[in-house]
Amino acid sequence: MEGFLSDIFIAPFVSMWEYPVFLVEVLVGGLLVGVMYSLVALGFVLIFKASGVFNFAQGAMVLFAALFFAGFLEAGMPVWLALGASAVVMVALAIVTERVVLRPLVNQPPIVLFMATIGLTFFLDGFGQMIWGSDIKVIDIGIPKEPLEIHGVLINSFDIVAGVTAGLLVAGLALFFHYTKIGRALRAVADDHQAALSVGIPLQSIWVIVWSVAGLVALVAGIMWGSSLGVQFSLALVALKALPVLILGGFTSIPGAIVGGLIIGASEKIGEVYWGPALGGAIEDWHAYMIAMVFLLFRPQGLFGEKIIERV
Amino acid sequence: MDQTAPEILLQVNNVEVIYDHVILVLKGVSLDLPKGRIVALLGANGAGKTTTLKAISNLLHAERGEVTKGAISYRGERVDCLSPNALVKRGVIQVMEGRHCFGHLTIEENLLTGAYTRGDGGRAVKRDLEMVYDYFPRLRERRDSQAGYTSGGEQQMCAIGRALMARPSTILLDEPSMGLAPQLVEEIFEIVSQLNQKEYVSFLLAEQNTNIALRYAHYGYILENGRVVMEGSAETLSSNEDVKEFYLGLSAAGRKSYRDVKHYKRRKRWLA
Repeated sequence: MEGFLSDIFIAPFVSMWEYPVFLVEVLVGGLLVGVMYSLVALGFVLIFKASGVFNFAQGAMVLFAALFFAGFLEAGMPVWLALGASAVVMVALAIVTERVVLRPLVNQPPIVLFMATIGLTFFLDGFGQMIWGSDIKVIDIGIPKEPLEIHGVLINSFDIVAGVTAGLLVAGLALFFHYTKIGRALRAVADDHQAALSVGIPLQSIWVIVWSVAGLVALVAGIMWGSSLGVQFSLALVALKALPVLILGGFTSIPGAIVGGLIIGASEKIGEVYWGPALGGAIEDWHAYMIAMVFLLFRPQGLFGEKIIERV
Repeated sequence: MDQTAPEILLQVNNVEVIYDHVILVLKGVSLDLPKGRIVALLGANGAGKTTTLKAISNLLHAERGEVTKGAISYRGERVDCLSPNALVKRGVIQVMEGRHCFGHLTIEENLLTGAYTRGDGGRAVKRDLEMVYDYFPRLRERRDSQAGYTSGGEQQMCAIGRALMARPSTILLDEPSMGLAPQLVEEIFEIVSQLNQKEYVSFLLAEQNTNIALRYAHYGYILENGRVVMEGSAETLSSNEDVKEFYLGLSAAGRKSYRDVKHYKRRKRWLA
């Protein structure tokens, strides 16, 4: 018993203190994995913000995008063409989704739309694999994978590329949302879609835009995850990790999705490495959900979630 | 007011509206909005004022309402099947009851969303933004605050300003006095009247506050139970005995006390 307590409360901190370089390595590795979670969470936030729909299919969209990208590469397309072609596929998917799923369900309660996105999930899983088969595909677009040494800390260079990509994407989205007419319209729709309608913002095209953007984010996430794990069905499950990220960061906040992802990524790596042995390992699988539960208790709107403004 | 009959901008002809396929809300409403005028739609709760406005702006669709009969035309063109977006482009915009500002956007961002449908470039939009700030100086002070945290009066101004940013020829203004202090109501109506005179915006105004509406409007329609029961110029209406009694709370003997209100019979006959 004493040994167990010391394994939990003392030993991890002692080893952190003794090998700080290793701690930094674990931390950075975790943060960079977190960035990948953020990428998936971003897609959820975008759609939730603009249409109030919790898009369960975001994970399936990641897989779908990755399948097309990998498929196009296998068919012999150069990388830029495959990228462009899969982007076109994702935009087309957005248009079809708006037409076939969202438009007929307009004015229905949120739960109905949620169920519809579950349906969409199964459709995308099946349709993607029907076209490209269910074998594991490899995406290799020449991202270097050798470890880099910076001040004695070993970092996977792939993780750095992923981190930078995600950073650029987020910065781009933030600028888009804040400084463009369409971005402003998207936020307006998120706030009050009746009022948006009344000033002449066409909801249908806004939905197409937001689903397209979410599709493109899914494409980036798919390429990144696909390059590191291979494109396979389990990619869609990675999306489940986005849920605790969202609860942590808040469902309506883009910065929240990023910070939430980083926290989840870093804390689960650290948990796994330092506390894993004492608790029997595989902490990574449930750690994120535990954090999410604690957050739900104390701060249900998440770190950066929008507070509902109520005038008294 | 000049006596030559101005062009009729907006014409509502015998319109019937049904909600949810079963509830008949408007039972044949007809009205005209002449160019450059303020026309008031008066009536109690549930009379059909808001529904009439929403039927025109086509926001009904989003609430499962439907125009089942009659016609609405704007500058001679049938508009009953146009989307709100297309209508705003033609110059008809609605300011909804209860303000409906975008709470998480700043006042200035709110105003800018009003210019969404415009294609005449940033400079014209900037100029109009200044115009709106000139009409509503309070909005200039609060331009960087989130609309959700501003006062009710400021939100009403923001909603009207936002509509102005679309450069409309007609504004459908729904219940601007709702929940505001009398002084503010006066201020807002004053600005509406100025916009009407200086910017040549025509207003179709739904209002429960009959008194103030008739002071600023040129013409009025009184709605009850989804029908127009009376219409006339503002002066005619405000001097009409029935209107005085039922809507302005006045009788021949001056302000009436509720103690001796025994008019139900007369009211019934009038409605029949």
